[in-house]
Amino acid sequence: MIEVKNLHSGYGRIPILHGINFTMKPGEVVGILGHNGMGKTTLLRTLVGQIKTTQGRIEFDGRDVTFASSSERARAGIGYVPQGRDIFPLLSVVENLKMGEIMRGGESAIPEMLGHFPVLKDLLERPGRGLSGGQQQILALARCLAGRPKLILLDEPTEGIQPSIVDLIAEKLGELKVTLGLGIILVEQDIRFIRQLADRVLIIQKGAFVAEISPDQLYDRETVDAHLGI
Amino acid sequence: MTANWQGNGGLVAATVLGLALLLALPQIVDPVMMIELTSYVIMAILALSLGLIWGYGGILCFGQSAFFGIGAYAYAIAVINFGDSTIPLLLSIVVPGLFAALLGYFLFYARITDVYFGVITLTVTLILYKVMGATSGSQYVIGVAPLGGYNGIPAVPPLNLPGRPDAALSFDGLFYLSGLMLLAVYVGLRLMLKSRFGQVVVAIRENERRAELLGYDARFYKLVTFAIGGAIAGLAGCLFANWGMFISPDVFGLAQSAQVIIWVIVGGTGTLLGPIVGCFAIQWVATKLGAQQLLNANLVLGTILIGFVLLVPKGVVPTVSDALRRLKFRPYVATLVEQRRVP
Repeated sequence: MIEVKNLHSGYGRIPILHGINFTMKPGEVVGILGHNGMGKTTLLRTLVGQIKTTQGRIEFDGRDVTFASSSERARAGIGYVPQGRDIFPLLSVVENLKMGEIMRGGESAIPEMLGHFPVLKDLLERPGRGLSGGQQQILALARCLAGRPKLILLDEPTEGIQPSIVDLIAEKLGELKVTLGLGIILVEQDIRFIRQLADRVLIIQKGAFVAEISPDQLYDRETVDAHLGI
Repeated sequence: MTANWQGNGGLVAATVLGLALLLALPQIVDPVMMIELTSYVIMAILALSLGLIWGYGGILCFGQSAFFGIGAYAYAIAVINFGDSTIPLLLSIVVPGLFAALLGYFLFYARITDVYFGVITLTVTLILYKVMGATSGSQYVIGVAPLGGYNGIPAVPPLNLPGRPDAALSFDGLFYLSGLMLLAVYVGLRLMLKSRFGQVVVAIRENERRAELLGYDARFYKLVTFAIGGAIAGLAGCLFANWGMFISPDVFGLAQSAQVIIWVIVGGTGTLLGPIVGCFAIQWVATKLGAQQLLNANLVLGTILIGFVLLVPKGVVPTVSDALRRLKFRPYVATLVEQRRVP
């Protein structure tokens, strides 16, 4: 599905990523763990084309997308739910969802999304800015899924969200991973959420992956301390 | 979306009201005022063009008068050469539209935004002003149309029925045509903004980066919006050349560029009605001020602008809409408050 080789990127002259390598199969969930400032968000933003790749190669579905624009990558099937959700505040919930599906065309994905996230049904006409943090997170996820991506990148989806909504998101993503073969790259500080969803976990330090562990190893205090110092 | 509450019913009502005004005004307004009104209507089309690209596209263009002037010159030069006005009318829309597309291509695809975009578009307008001003010699002729430098092109032939140069449009006819054009542009833009294309344009204004991450090439959508705005401004330029039967480089001047922005600020961005209201109001005030000697017109207009920026920053139409919406919900809120007071 995605193959990243020797990826380097950064902000202007400041390098952040130093040779990231990994591959993913369809339907796989990869968690990325690391301290703040280690390059987790930079990696996601580089994968979606918001930050230029300075060296290396990104191949998605057999196609080189290293220098493709953000919109081309999105059309190829890479979805992104950033930290802070980035919903359109003045557009209503249904207009936000339409924005997600317009890109793909064809049959409307909105009924399907409302089936997955019924909480949105009663909020369709409400402007995005009028939603709670949890509702905004669900909307951001539903809007991303309405574009029927093959791979989604989630940047701290549980940040500031109540536990019941975290569980709902985990449950839905787990379902979609199986039913649609959806690939997920999950950057998260919430170890419980990663354990719930990820097939494997990559530890990032100073812009490079330094270890790969299984989610079960996150139950082991020694392993967690060794890799994350927490 | 801001205008959504109005829905299709609002659009039909606006169309009916517009048509009624168009038919009624010539019956109740004196001929001198009709001349003024016709220019207001034409300028309202220009204001709508900026209302689209700035208010909905989020593109701050300081040089909308460039497309207005290009449309006027394209019409004047073509109609003097062709005699019949059918093709010149089309050229007055197509040429500025293409010019906007070309300019927009270089600016949007170079990711030039915000104030830099404004400065470049203003510079283009002022360059056009200088260039057209420098065409006063007899060698500056396109076909049989002399460009005339700062003296401009006088005696621009009026619009006529298609294929019949002898059937020229009367002054009343120009008012009706301008009014219909204003209505058509307004309705067309309302429908466009309700379409998927329009939704994407608004979403890009809201959050360009997010829209790109959903798969939309923001540069392309902005380019198309900008070109449509340029074409509409060109149409206004053509009607303006008909109104005065004269065109000069003044249409590219700083004053012309600035006043379009003032109309939109006063009327309110993010609505289509706002630029029309702002244009009519400011032009009416300017006309009234011009007819008296007591106060300096520019001083008063400047004070009005500063007053609006400080006190009504959203503009007339959005402020009134918000107030009406609050009034509409006030009884509901009062009931809720009352219910909470009941032990």
